[in-house]
Amino acid sequence: MSSFTMVKALNEALRKELEADPKTLVMGEDVGRLGGVFRVTDGLHKDFGEDRVIDTPLAESGIVGTAIGLALRGYRPVVEIQFDGFVYPAFDQIVSQLAKMHARALGHVKLPVTVRIPYAGGIGAVEHHSESHEAYFAHTAGLKVVTPSNPVDAYWMLRQAVRCDDPVIFLEPKRRYWDKAELDPNAAGAPSRLHDARVAREGRDATLIAYGPMVKVCLDAAAAAEEDGRSLEVVDLRSLSPLDFDTVTASVQRTGRAVVVHEAPVFMGMGAELAARITERCFYALEAPVLRVGGYFAPYPPSRVEETFLPDLDRVLDAVDRSLAF
Amino acid sequence: MSPRRAAAAAAGVRGAAGVRDEAVQVHERAARGRTVQREQGVQREQAVQEQAVQERAAPDGGGGRAAHRRDLLRRMLLVRRFEERCVELYSAGEVRGFVHLCIGEEAVPVGVLEALTSDDAVVSTYREHGHALARGIPAESVMAEMLGRVTGCSRGRGGSMHLFDASRRFYGGHAIVAGGLPVAAGLALADRMRGDERVTCCFFGDGAMAEGEFHETANLAALWGLPLVLACENNLYAMGTPLAREHAVTDLALRAASYGMAAWPVDGMDVLAVEKAARRAAGAVRAGGGPHFLELRTYRFRAHSMYDPDRYRERSEIERWKARDPLRVLGDRMRAEDGFGDEDLDALERDVAAELDRAVERARAAGEEPVEDLLRFVTGPPREGP
Ligand SMILES: Cc1ncc(C[n+]2csc(CCOP(=O)(O)OP(=O)(O)O)c2C)c(N)n1
Ligand SMILES: [Mg+2]
Repeated sequence: MSSFTMVKALNEALRKELEADPKTLVMGEDVGRLGGVFRVTDGLHKDFGEDRVIDTPLAESGIVGTAIGLALRGYRPVVEIQFDGFVYPAFDQIVSQLAKMHARALGHVKLPVTVRIPYAGGIGAVEHHSESHEAYFAHTAGLKVVTPSNPVDAYWMLRQAVRCDDPVIFLEPKRRYWDKAELDPNAAGAPSRLHDARVAREGRDATLIAYGPMVKVCLDAAAAAEEDGRSLEVVDLRSLSPLDFDTVTASVQRTGRAVVVHEAPVFMGMGAELAARITERCFYALEAPVLRVGGYFAPYPPSRVEETFLPDLDRVLDAVDRSLAF
Repeated sequence: MSPRRAAAAAAGVRGAAGVRDEAVQVHERAARGRTVQREQGVQREQAVQEQAVQERAAPDGGGGRAAHRRDLLRRMLLVRRFEERCVELYSAGEVRGFVHLCIGEEAVPVGVLEALTSDDAVVSTYREHGHALARGIPAESVMAEMLGRVTGCSRGRGGSMHLFDASRRFYGGHAIVAGGLPVAAGLALADRMRGDERVTCCFFGDGAMAEGEFHETANLAALWGLPLVLACENNLYAMGTPLAREHAVTDLALRAASYGMAAWPVDGMDVLAVEKAARRAAGAVRAGGGPHFLELRTYRFRAHSMYDPDRYRERSEIERWKARDPLRVLGDRMRAEDGFGDEDLDALERDVAAELDRAVERARAAGEEPVEDLLRFVTGPPREGP
């Protein structure tokens, strides 16, 4: 056991996978000699060489498309998109090619491509550098979409994503990059499977459902609520597609109340799907409508108002109050 | 069936060798065309340079010439000192978000935009303080934007990378590399459709030329003969990646020429050379000559951004380029030819400093956009349909 930031945990996961399989590759803009903008690939170029840790030109569409071709021939590329907003030039390759090819080939080809994307806000970056675009990807059949909330999950989930034979959009909450946790990278196996949700904190009165950057906010909210005598359960979804509805439903059946929290705009966000499913599955257990806390339907704001813009403890607890008052 | 296919069919089935021969011929023709275009570009540039040399050799280019150069120097100085203030304000935590400086590259924005009129349009990048200031957006407006104030050209929402001033036909600041290029093509197409004799100038970096959007735009612009100046700021690096690891063909003007447009390299550290080249290009574009591409060879003295540790370049390389600091290149010429002296430079410095003091002071005094307003302008007011 030693202390890892999320960045270090991701770096270690890539190292382990590069060691484990000579067909595993890392590619992206300045991921090699420079070690990546967030230094997630630091040192890998030196240790694994330029044929396995590949610096590419500025060409997101080309990078993802090339990764697809490599995957078709048995390689396992891990692509880095430097910032969330830069994935859009590659959107065509992701949605039209990467997501569809397995079905098009009637399962005869595998697409083990991992697309790592630092996403969401909270670090004083601006528009195009703070996007929460998970719903676009989750809305696309053929893609798996996952997002860790802490260093331990980041480590194991990235390793599992690289091993996965389907394309995985791996969303890294950049405001949690420097959070630390104890991790044993040589443990025998992962604590959970890639697409399982996890109860991050147990509680009785209401369930907070979150993922990625908002899990910590919800855990803090639950701790604060406890001082007021309220017991909140926190579910960390971890995987957005497929979604582990069983874990979610089991929790809401127990608590009778649910609040979904994400940074992305509430309108047409993950919360909409969750609210609908929870209502379908837990209708008779619900004491209140499923509430959603999320971003506003506007472009990401300048950093000075970021704190107001992003859902925080107060907004979460306010929704909990409204749910309990029902 | 297309006419070509029909002709081929009429000519009977050809063997693979015939097809190959034709492909080779087409390729050779294209290569010849490129060479010719390139030579033309180079000749043109040489002619311009010679003309400049002759003008310089003239005993006195007239008071006009000296005043013009002084004006160019002042503008470059404004950009340089503006950005130095930004660094100070960034360190003090007053400027937030990302900041990309063009220190070392000032001759490009100042020289290129000197050749345009206020009716022409400009599309820029995230390294656009110089473009915005050279465009004539007041330093106060840009500074207020840097400080996130409501008096900024984008109400303090855009910050360093998203300066925007439609009233001055400055269509952004674009944080997405190459994202502005197709937009510029559209602006140019609109001008042509409306019969306006306007030029659109799009700035972008060497790195942007690897993006698909550059290639789509170059082809569209050449195919449709759009009134577009493509101003490539070749500073030899895309973040940490040097040109040679970014491009198979590092002769960027040559590549642009392959799309069927005039293209030539320009000394981007010499503002007079930049201005001449831009006048030549804009003039030809305005006269209906279709898109023109300028490869402006320049260098950023600072790191890519405030976060970049800048470990991918030799210090000696930076020093070599600093010896050709565009402020010094022009200043030296003015000293040699226009009797420009230290007192003149001091006067310019004082003038610029006063303008920036005022800009910072006024910006600081201005308020911030209320948070509730962030939902404004996301979409426009409803419009009656049929
Ligand atoms: C689509 C996209 N990909 C990546 C980036 C990150 N990025 C910002 S600037 C830059 C380098 C661009 O180099 P160049 O075009 O040469 O312009 P310069 O920064 O040298 O002025 C990169 C990779 C981005 N902003 N947009
Ligand atoms: Mg560059």
